[in-house]
Amino acid sequence: MKKLNRIIAIALTFALAFALCACGGSKKEEGPVYRTLDEIKQSGVINIGVFSDKNPFGYVDENGEYQGYDVYFAQRIAEDLGVKLNYVSTEAANRIEYLQTGKVDIILANFTVTPQRAEEVDFALPYMNVALGVVSPDAKVIETLDNWNADEQMIVISGTTAETYFTENYPDIPLQKYDTYANAKNAMENGNGVAWANDNTEVIAFALQNEGYTVGIPSLGSQDTIAPAVSKGNETLLNWLNGEIEALGAENFFHADYEATLVDTYGLDYEESLVVEGGIIK
Amino acid sequence: MPDLGLEVLLKGKNLVRLLGGLWTALRISLLSVAISLPVGVVLGVLMTRNNRFVKALLRLYLEFIRIMPQMVLLFIVYFGSTRAFGWDVSGETASVVVFTLWGAAEMSDLVRGALTSIPRHQYESAEALGMSRLQTSIFIIIPQTVRRLIPLSINLVTRMIKTTSLILMIGVVEVLKVSQQIIEANRMSSPNAAFGVYLSVFLLYFLACWPISLLAGRLEKKWS
Repeated sequence: MKKLNRIIAIALTFALAFALCACGGSKKEEGPVYRTLDEIKQSGVINIGVFSDKNPFGYVDENGEYQGYDVYFAQRIAEDLGVKLNYVSTEAANRIEYLQTGKVDIILANFTVTPQRAEEVDFALPYMNVALGVVSPDAKVIETLDNWNADEQMIVISGTTAETYFTENYPDIPLQKYDTYANAKNAMENGNGVAWANDNTEVIAFALQNEGYTVGIPSLGSQDTIAPAVSKGNETLLNWLNGEIEALGAENFFHADYEATLVDTYGLDYEESLVVEGGIIK
Repeated sequence: MPDLGLEVLLKGKNLVRLLGGLWTALRISLLSVAISLPVGVVLGVLMTRNNRFVKALLRLYLEFIRIMPQMVLLFIVYFGSTRAFGWDVSGETASVVVFTLWGAAEMSDLVRGALTSIPRHQYESAEALGMSRLQTSIFIIIPQTVRRLIPLSINLVTRMIKTTSLILMIGVVEVLKVSQQIIEANRMSSPNAAFGVYLSVFLLYFLACWPISLLAGRLEKKWS
């Protein structure tokens, strides 16, 4: 029995020692985490991270096919590179991690460009605009935020950029906060607040689908853009992507993309304000 | 009857996709169960031995796994292994690794608990009857331990099945992710679909876990 115990102890020590070595293992001998443009072409497959549940930007239809504004662009990238496209389903919270580990080559998941994110990943040229918008009932369309009547409340969803923006820039406007999109929508319909502020894509879609509402302020706050992102330092792929976006501008590719994927949700009126063509922000 | 938006399940291949997602979840959890239960039994037996060093090591392993949220473990194995060594582990493999490590750790503690709960006099009576150590284990201790282990390990197995809902965070498209995809794809046309689809997911999880509970109940009855 003693002997058996000793053998077990030795075996476990080795196992633990191995595990510790593995954990403390050095990463310096590794090359870059990402794949260069040539490596992607050689392998014949490009991994692109997209949303699989954000209609109409990246989603999966009832036949199990990826669809949407981002996906339309992803398909074109693969086609022009002459490689097969492998979709990776990403979440908002793990997009940066995917690029930092090189588990995807490009993220095309409605990725808003921010200075903090730009320190972690490299953004290519933008292909879409985002801003905040304010929707209100037709009976009393809110078109300006000046001279706000302090008795009236603005509906926002907690944790969104709209909430932060109003708290910082319009501290005098009383906010009515809701946790979910569905609750905010109910509040708007019940007239609990005079207007609803959210991403402009969201309020535009709401006004189009619900009779009797108008987007009085279609663009508010800082104009942000949406762009593809690659792993930090992946120059070859970044340069190719920028060239691709510029070249696609000549054929009005993103307008065609909008008309194929977004027009049902946002209508033609917002095409010019949402689409960024050739990477040039007007 | 409120509108549950159940019609979205009949669109295209949605129902097949949902079942496919359930199969992914079950494949990962059952494979992990198959590996972790035997490993856990061995580790549990080792924990009852009088070797302080072995005990301390296993204790460390158990506490580490128990304290870490499964989500963190998944991120460590999936992204961490790539960062540290450049291994390209697939989401499914990473899930199986994490669920196996977790299952084995918890199972070992269950086995340890079941073994130490067998009263001393069981051993002594067996010895008084002239049984050898091996005979005592086979005829006296193991049957009683197994009986005590059944409800506990069934609990663990069903928890492992349900916790697969986390693996969507490392890119594995399982039943919950498919249901979110279906809900979002129909956000405009059937805004109420969330109720119906989540209800179906609830039923699917139930159908997956219930037979296991039934089997456990039957075994308990048979051996009591």
